[in-house]
Amino acid sequence: MLRFIPILTIVLMIGPVSAGLIGTILPAFGILPALGGTTPSLEPWLALVAQPGLGASIRLSLVNGLIATFVSVAIVMLFCAAWQGTRTFHTLQRILSPILSVPHATAAFGLAFLIAPSGWFVRVVAQFTGWDRPPDVAIIHDPWGIALIAGLVAKEIPFLFLMTLSALPQADTDRTAQVTASLGYGRIAGWFKATLPRIYPQIRLPVLAVLAYSTSVVDVAIILAPTTPAPLAVRILGWLSDPDLALRFMASSAAVLQLLIVIAAMATWIAGERLVAIIGAQWAVDGNRLKRDGAVRGVSAVMALVAAGTVVLGLVVLLVWSVAGFWAFPDLLPRGFSLRLWARELDAIGNSLTTTLLIGIPAVVIAVTLVLSCLENEVRTGKQAGRRAMFLIYLPLLVPQISFMFGLQVFFSLVGLERTLVSVVLGHLVFVAPYVFLSLSEPFRALDPRYGQTALCLGASPARVFWRVRLPLLTRAVLTAAAVGLAVTVGQYLPTLLIGAGRFATVTTEAVALASGGDRRMIGIYGLFQMVLPFAGFALALMIPAVLFRHRRGMGAQNKG
Amino acid sequence: MPETIKSGLELRDVQVRLGGRELLAVDLTIAPGEIVTLMGPSGSGKSSLLGHICGTLPDAFEVTGQVVLDGKNLDGLAPQDRHVGILFQDDLLFPHLSVGGNLAFALPSHIKGRTDRRARVEAALVSAGMDGFYDRDPATLSGGQRARVALMRVLLSEPCALLLDEPFSKLDSSLRSQIRAFVFDLCRKNSLPTLMVTHDPEDGAAAGGRVVELDG
Repeated sequence: MLRFIPILTIVLMIGPVSAGLIGTILPAFGILPALGGTTPSLEPWLALVAQPGLGASIRLSLVNGLIATFVSVAIVMLFCAAWQGTRTFHTLQRILSPILSVPHATAAFGLAFLIAPSGWFVRVVAQFTGWDRPPDVAIIHDPWGIALIAGLVAKEIPFLFLMTLSALPQADTDRTAQVTASLGYGRIAGWFKATLPRIYPQIRLPVLAVLAYSTSVVDVAIILAPTTPAPLAVRILGWLSDPDLALRFMASSAAVLQLLIVIAAMATWIAGERLVAIIGAQWAVDGNRLKRDGAVRGVSAVMALVAAGTVVLGLVVLLVWSVAGFWAFPDLLPRGFSLRLWARELDAIGNSLTTTLLIGIPAVVIAVTLVLSCLENEVRTGKQAGRRAMFLIYLPLLVPQISFMFGLQVFFSLVGLERTLVSVVLGHLVFVAPYVFLSLSEPFRALDPRYGQTALCLGASPARVFWRVRLPLLTRAVLTAAAVGLAVTVGQYLPTLLIGAGRFATVTTEAVALASGGDRRMIGIYGLFQMVLPFAGFALALMIPAVLFRHRRGMGAQNKG
Repeated sequence: MPETIKSGLELRDVQVRLGGRELLAVDLTIAPGEIVTLMGPSGSGKSSLLGHICGTLPDAFEVTGQVVLDGKNLDGLAPQDRHVGILFQDDLLFPHLSVGGNLAFALPSHIKGRTDRRARVEAALVSAGMDGFYDRDPATLSGGQRARVALMRVLLSEPCALLLDEPFSKLDSSLRSQIRAFVFDLCRKNSLPTLMVTHDPEDGAAAGGRVVELDG
């Protein structure tokens, strides 16, 4: 039984992606029998090319995605280089871990409320300049998409930072830093020359996932990106939701175009990697030690803190808005506070939280079960060959959601699972499982194999070794992975919307739906409620092992989840 | 448990290879209660041999020859069915279980009843000079205590042979001779055929048995 689970898992990942891509590519060339498309044609592409501002949409997706990814990676790498092993590093680690649980849309709303012309930042400035009206400039939805980049960077930094963190021990970074320092290298130069080349291969996949995401993001873009024209992915969603069903054909060709954009972005990135590798190989041995790097270190710390601080401050401003009474410009705080709106929305929020859990819990339970089975199978068979195949599990993270979610919807309606809980859970599972795998595989594989060997030699069956030794030892890692999974399903916007065809109102679909309305108090409430479940998940993942193993000191070191 | 003839642990022409390269070749018989020391530089495949005997060696290794314990061929048996105990240089006490929990984990299921099982564990603790330690957290024990619990844990699983993988190398030198005596004494008392791999000549001398030198 266990032997077949890796295959099953890979099928569950690749199946929906392939079915979805086929279901997108066929309509892109005019074939969608349900809507009367039976003969191949280039009509959808001609219609797409005729869309005004298509070039600008493509440029926004491609360039902004690349810039957001580059800036996030650069800040994380610089910060790690400059501060690894110091107290500042550990402090930021403590701030960034919980930020990982903030859904993208919440972070984007928070940022919007901070930087909008009537946002907190401008209000602070207005205290000194005496403005009595918000300045008439487009700060969010700015034509360059800078707000979009900022929103993506603020949210991707914690993710990339934590991924880097789990890669660091494998390069023996603390001692490497000592060696480079004793050879006279500055911190940053030493890290970039001796550590980065060793850990980059391990964070490459998360980096590419960030790139695919940033290039094709929908929810954050609805909140922060330019609107005339919007990035391609947002326009595709618009066409897909249009009452004129004929637009589905053009939307499909646009979704294929979106896939090509992501591929182009990855090709650009990989070419950039090559270039950096070539230049870096020369630079690494040129003996230049860059000892005076104090200024750069300072800047990197400031940038990382600004990114983290923005998200935290954004949450605060969401909270203030959610209870705000009348709040005139340029007052820093509302004149009065009221819980009226919270009271009014309580039932609706309860319903959307229930729906969120109805989808989330099965998705997380299935994902954790699959991933644990795959990893356990790896241990029992002792085969490393399966490992390379497991990379296929990450495929859904590298393909833009919008490019296969519509096709997947078409596929589900073909097999009669249209708008059902089963199909929505499967749609979520595709994204939950890779993140659970990403989170759990490292601690699982790092567990000393001799614990299992010892237990076997004491006469315990493999099943008993799993349930009584490996699983308890990994309690915290498993719960953390489940919390990561929960955060992922709670944050899903497109799969819920497209596969559920509007039938499933989760906290995230509700929150993003509010974006166009601009009711800040409602956005505040729903934005915060998006956070409740992920935050509770991570809190439980910390608390449960602490309580279970309160009399087991050895479990602290054992279980760095 | 059926009484079998105690004829000891036999390694018949055992060769361990990795990627076509021969790591080690041994042919020896260890009588019940005898302690044989296998000495050799690191990378000579000593630990792989132990892994092969207890059945946890990864598939990548090719092994020829036979491992026979008390007349029974072990090749192909699952590790949990071999009755071969192993001690590593780390005690590997399960950090999530109490000291008593660790010992009870090893106790075979044919010993039934909560009170009986508890009594057996308590008796083992007494014989290790650690009575009253049942509910203790393993993380709060001293190095010597942990080593003794690890040995008692193996013995409670009723092994028919014992493997020692550099078991004393992480102990303070002041503790080492004391723990060595404790381990060797119990091996003999339980008539266990014991195979120890080490690169510390003192281990072999203290064991007082045959010493087999491997060349790298």
